Amino acid sequence: MIGETLRARIDAEIARFPVKRGGLLGALHIVQEGQGCVSLAASKELAAIFDVFPVEVIELVRFYNFFHESPRGRHQVYVCTNLPCALRGANVLLKGLEQHLGVGVGETTADGRVHLGREECLGACANAPMIRVGGVYHEDLDLAGACAVLDALE
Amino acid sequence: MQKVPFTTGYLTAHCGDDAYGTLDGYKAEGGYETARRVLKKGTPEDLIETLKASGLQGRGGASFIAGQKWSFMPGAEDDTGPRYLVCNADESEPGSFKDRLLLERAPHLLLEGILLAAFAIRAEKTFLYVRGEYGEAIRVLTRAIEEARAGKVLGPRALGSRFAHDVVLVRGAGAYICGEETGLLESLEGKKGQPRKKPPYPAENGVFGRPTTVNNVETLCHVPHIVEKGADWFRGIGTAESPGNTLFGVSGHVVRPGLYELPLGTPLDEIVFEHAGGVAGGRKLKAVIPGGLSMAVLPAGQVDVPMANEFLRERQTALGTGGIIVMDDTTCMVRVACIITHFFREESCGQCTQCREGTGWMNRIVSRIERGEGRFEDLALLKDVCAKMEGKTICAFADAAAWPVQGLLRHFPQDFQSHVTHGQCPYPGSFVLA
Ligand SMILES: Cc1cc2nc3c(=O)[nH]c(=O)nc-3n(C[C@H](O)[C@H](O)[C@H](O)COP(=O)(O)O)c2cc1C
Ligand code: SF4
Ligand code: FES
Repeated sequence: MIGETLRARIDAEIARFPVKRGGLLGALHIVQEGQGCVSLAASKELAAIFDVFPVEVIELVRFYNFFHESPRGRHQVYVCTNLPCALRGANVLLKGLEQHLGVGVGETTADGRVHLGREECLGACANAPMIRVGGVYHEDLDLAGACAVLDALE
Repeated sequence: MQKVPFTTGYLTAHCGDDAYGTLDGYKAEGGYETARRVLKKGTPEDLIETLKASGLQGRGGASFIAGQKWSFMPGAEDDTGPRYLVCNADESEPGSFKDRLLLERAPHLLLEGILLAAFAIRAEKTFLYVRGEYGEAIRVLTRAIEEARAGKVLGPRALGSRFAHDVVLVRGAGAYICGEETGLLESLEGKKGQPRKKPPYPAENGVFGRPTTVNNVETLCHVPHIVEKGADWFRGIGTAESPGNTLFGVSGHVVRPGLYELPLGTPLDEIVFEHAGGVAGGRKLKAVIPGGLSMAVLPAGQVDVPMANEFLRERQTALGTGGIIVMDDTTCMVRVACIITHFFREESCGQCTQCREGTGWMNRIVSRIERGEGRFEDLALLKDVCAKMEGKTICAFADAAAWPVQGLLRHFPQDFQSHVTHGQCPYPGSFVLA
């Protein structure tokens, strides 16, 4: 259920646009932040709020890489593996992190603590390799440094 | 904050200074005085003339003349409703990280550029679309916009003038194609970021059905400087056709990766060998991608080229976003092709058959060559797929996917042939794939 607090934030988001639907992308961010994902049920609720068909919301969730339909663990860690990072060892780092965490790309540790993924260029190419943990970048990493960042997560 | 070595010029002179990110700090450097003067005493027509005279080219990748784009907007006689400015801060071209520095370190310079551009096109509102992953930029901009509203820089009487303006920050959600301007407009409307057929162009029918201009972050950051110092000053920097400084991002196998603010027309070899300190580890240069992942590669023998479109064009490549990716002589170009084609395959929006099928096809061919399972016909097949993708789709994404592959085949066919002949990679020391 999208509770009152989230609903109030969604209404504020809608008010920023001349057309209601303009607030839909922001609403998806709000729901994912609040509930850890955008579930099928949430998509249907959003469809009712925005007067669109449920499939239109579900399509958005699947089109935008940011959104996911089921929870991904407490911390989401993404390794950039595009060319500038790859040239400076991003894939070696990624393999090291897979070993360190005991999971593969796209998986979450058994205790639900860390989800590991890879991403395209994150705009930090001069400080490659790098990882993104939620909204925070950690740049200029070696494997030991990246492991230390992960170990410090709750 | 982004810790990246950079050389400065007029755009980034204060980017190392924390106070510059605050309203007071920006004003202390004379900030908002230019916009205050223009909004109170200038006219949109004069402003557009100044920008046209300056010759400023858009810095979002397509290098379109900014003043000309503004002049496509309807004039004062059109009073049918609002018009909008959209600032494209979706920076996601691999190898590009220049807008991020400006967003994180010069938010008020961007807001002043936005005010001037909005005044020129008579826009009542700006949608500032920032890529969703840029968490720090979003925090900095949110605070800067609040400060600007509180300080009456934005609002019903912006900077004490009779011009009303507000900025709406919108967070992207991880789709490269939303950087394409009409994909971005769709995304702002709460839809999938699938580019629109043109015409109609955004100046006629943009976001929410209203006349709209889309400008890149760096483009807008040049505007206050041009208006303050004049078109002639700007024309005095760079080349005749490509005036002004730009931010070159240098990444890959160099001693000092970073951002270098230099005049357009600075030779590529000077940027790589002098500013960025040359190839790391004392190795030899093999190739350079001059303008972000979408642009065709140049082999080491061709890097003596001024970084401006009129010169790069002769070498069948382009300035793009100025993201320079440097590769040393251990680098396997088939692996480079794997990464490039994988990226475009993942990011195609899927509307056009040539693009949706072509990007996947290229990636499958290149991957099998990399695995040592390639066939001799594969090179001709790749060229054929590229030719079928170019110039035939709704947006330029398909061209951007074909150009780098064509460049690799043009300059490094031997890397591909060797994989096919020997069934393995000839570069034991090359970077590895996932
Ligand atoms: C596939 C594709 C991706 C693009 N990505 C961006 C981007 O991330 N940022 C940007 O400013 N322009 C991007 N562009 C260019 C925009 O379409 C548009 O030309 C630009 O934002 C206009 O601003 P300018 O005239 O100030 O350069 C992209 C274009 C294409 C075809
Ligand atoms: S060229 Fe590719 S990205 Fe552009 S509209 Fe067509 S399918 Fe989408
Ligand atoms: S390639 Fe990794 S941040 Fe750009």
